[in-house]
Amino acid sequence: MGHREGMEVSIAVSHAVQLARAEAIAAYPITPQTHIVEHLSGMVANGDLEAEFINVESEHSAMSACIGMSATGARTYTATSSQGLALMHEILFIASALRLPIVMTVANRALSGPLSIWNDHSDIMAAKDIGWIQIFVENGQEAFDHTIMAFKIAENSNVLIPTIINMDGFILTHVVEAHNFVDQDMVDAFLPGYHPRHTLDPKYPVTMGAFAMPEIYTEVKMKHQVTLMNSYEHIVKVWQEWGDRTGRRYQPVERYKTEGAKTLLLTMGCLGEVAEIAVDELRAAGEAVGLVKLRLWRPFPFADLRQALAGADLVIVCDRALSPGGAAPPVLAELRSAFYPLSSRPQMLGFIVGLGGRDVSPENFKDILKRAQEESSHGPTQEFYLYGVRG
Amino acid sequence: MEKFGVANSQKYDVYASRLMPREEFFTSGHRSCQGCGEALAVRWVCKAIGKDAIIAHATGCMEIVSSGFPQTAWMHPWIHVAFENTAAVASGIETALRILQRKGKLGTPPKVVAMGGDGATTDIGLQALSGAMERFHNFTYVCWDNEAYMNTGIQRSSSTPFGAMTTTSPPGKQSIGQSTWKKNMVAIAVAHGIPYVATASPSYPFDLYFKVKKAIETPGPAYIHILSVCPTGWRSATDLSVRLGRLAAETAVFPLYEVVEGRYRITIEVPKIRPIKDYLKPQGRFRHLREPEVNFIQQQILERYELLLKKCEAPYPEFPSLTPPEEGI
Repeated sequence: MGHREGMEVSIAVSHAVQLARAEAIAAYPITPQTHIVEHLSGMVANGDLEAEFINVESEHSAMSACIGMSATGARTYTATSSQGLALMHEILFIASALRLPIVMTVANRALSGPLSIWNDHSDIMAAKDIGWIQIFVENGQEAFDHTIMAFKIAENSNVLIPTIINMDGFILTHVVEAHNFVDQDMVDAFLPGYHPRHTLDPKYPVTMGAFAMPEIYTEVKMKHQVTLMNSYEHIVKVWQEWGDRTGRRYQPVERYKTEGAKTLLLTMGCLGEVAEIAVDELRAAGEAVGLVKLRLWRPFPFADLRQALAGADLVIVCDRALSPGGAAPPVLAELRSAFYPLSSRPQMLGFIVGLGGRDVSPENFKDILKRAQEESSHGPTQEFYLYGVRG
Repeated sequence: MEKFGVANSQKYDVYASRLMPREEFFTSGHRSCQGCGEALAVRWVCKAIGKDAIIAHATGCMEIVSSGFPQTAWMHPWIHVAFENTAAVASGIETALRILQRKGKLGTPPKVVAMGGDGATTDIGLQALSGAMERFHNFTYVCWDNEAYMNTGIQRSSSTPFGAMTTTSPPGKQSIGQSTWKKNMVAIAVAHGIPYVATASPSYPFDLYFKVKKAIETPGPAYIHILSVCPTGWRSATDLSVRLGRLAAETAVFPLYEVVEGRYRITIEVPKIRPIKDYLKPQGRFRHLREPEVNFIQQQILERYELLLKKCEAPYPEFPSLTPPEEGI
């Protein structure tokens, strides 16, 4: 088994890509994704990673080149953030429609304007409907593990859907943490080489990216939807196998001190660890509060969420993105939608926190819990709450 | 055919056509308009690149007429992703081939060819193309220039010639039609310092065939700009497409030349330049032009042609030699 070492999480992710033996990488620099691609290009330059790295002239071209690479049969990786993800937007839909198992790290960052290089989830939430598998990680170890697992999930012949690993910009990408590494033999046994059935090969020519008339477009979309929903079982299976090999087990929805909890916080990404501290302190004070962490965002884990939130009276959904003019911030909107058909469901209140890198402390979570319970007791005064906003 | 070379093929063109490859890689049954010069060009280009090639194609006329699911006119492995990124897709393909070969997963890699219309090349895709040429990928980019956005209904592009009527550059009381000069995409390609750049026309099939052959055999990026007569958009008779392509060369509107390692050379010599009227008259898109405008275009065309001839005579190339030293860099 591998060793334990402290390093910046971005560097650990680049080592995960190296261990996964990525063959082709196309990337364009954007803060705070840069350390990942810098280290990967260093590995390629030194011959530590047998791969081709191309420095394209934009994120739009990065994703386009990744499509070309993956369609030709190379294991393909890229990383981006914020404006870069937005610039890729058009091509992201095509990558998933072409069913190319590209793996991408998104170092989550606010969208401009005003320009902000700091962390929130507005970039990925604007891209939630691109048809990719989307996973959120909470700490460096998870970022490392899920990067390797993403290749195995995406490349499964019953899945063949590109996969995004979301990691919070700066708060996670630039922090130094201890990581339990795995050795190359283990990864090679876990993740065999990429051998796609259909590639751009003159021996067996195929046409990729044909256009569809109205007679067939809906059916193609249905197939994509069904495959994405069915990828759930493969994702869980891959995580199970990783757990068996490393002892680190992951669930689509993680629960923290939810037993008997009447009020639950729901977070995504690295806010989970902060919320844990608040829950610990409140539990010690005798309050029946718990925490649910949503790891798998696409495909949406209906059953896990319904089970995890079943016993609660009040669920406080912490979004890190705003849906301007919309019915609710993105995560709250989806949760309410998923629970609406049920005859018995908890009350759901939404708090938007940590926009554009604003810090969220355990005290803030305690405050949110208190305020949500008050709002719940006399009936909510707002559709959702922009927590901590001045003026 | 190859052993005769381009010079002889022009001399013996009655026989030459019989010696061209009979294999078709762009098959019949596609949905292009009657008299489509672009479809003709695609057919010849695909013959020239041969079987062992991968094609990335931009959104546009040719993609739409040839790839409606579940049919395809392409015998090559072929991929269409979007409008403005075909050079980036080709970059990815070429990069993947390189690593797969290095890892022993692939023998001799196939040729990589990117194709797109003038909109996809000179307007929306210029950045991706510039990036791919600068990174010096080993690929050939072919631009089908029908001088407007024909697929969406004849809107002007930066490749539309001066004075032409399109649906977004209509002539009117205060407009003569397209008010800007056609973007010199060939000069832009040459400015990237790439080893092979050429113009071509399906009206001169042997010239086109050998240029494409040269382009794909050249290591590094190559760019070929092909004039593709569009009867629908040019408002010309469908049986005049080949004739118009020849008139474009004979009037020096679209001279046929190549730029090898920065050195310009005319490949189809025009002993006597024909008056521009011969080219403009059969096209409805120029019907509104009056004599002063025609004269202005004539003068501009001749000046530009003179400048091109001067470049051909230049004793020095546009950029220094690309050959790296034998001991490596």
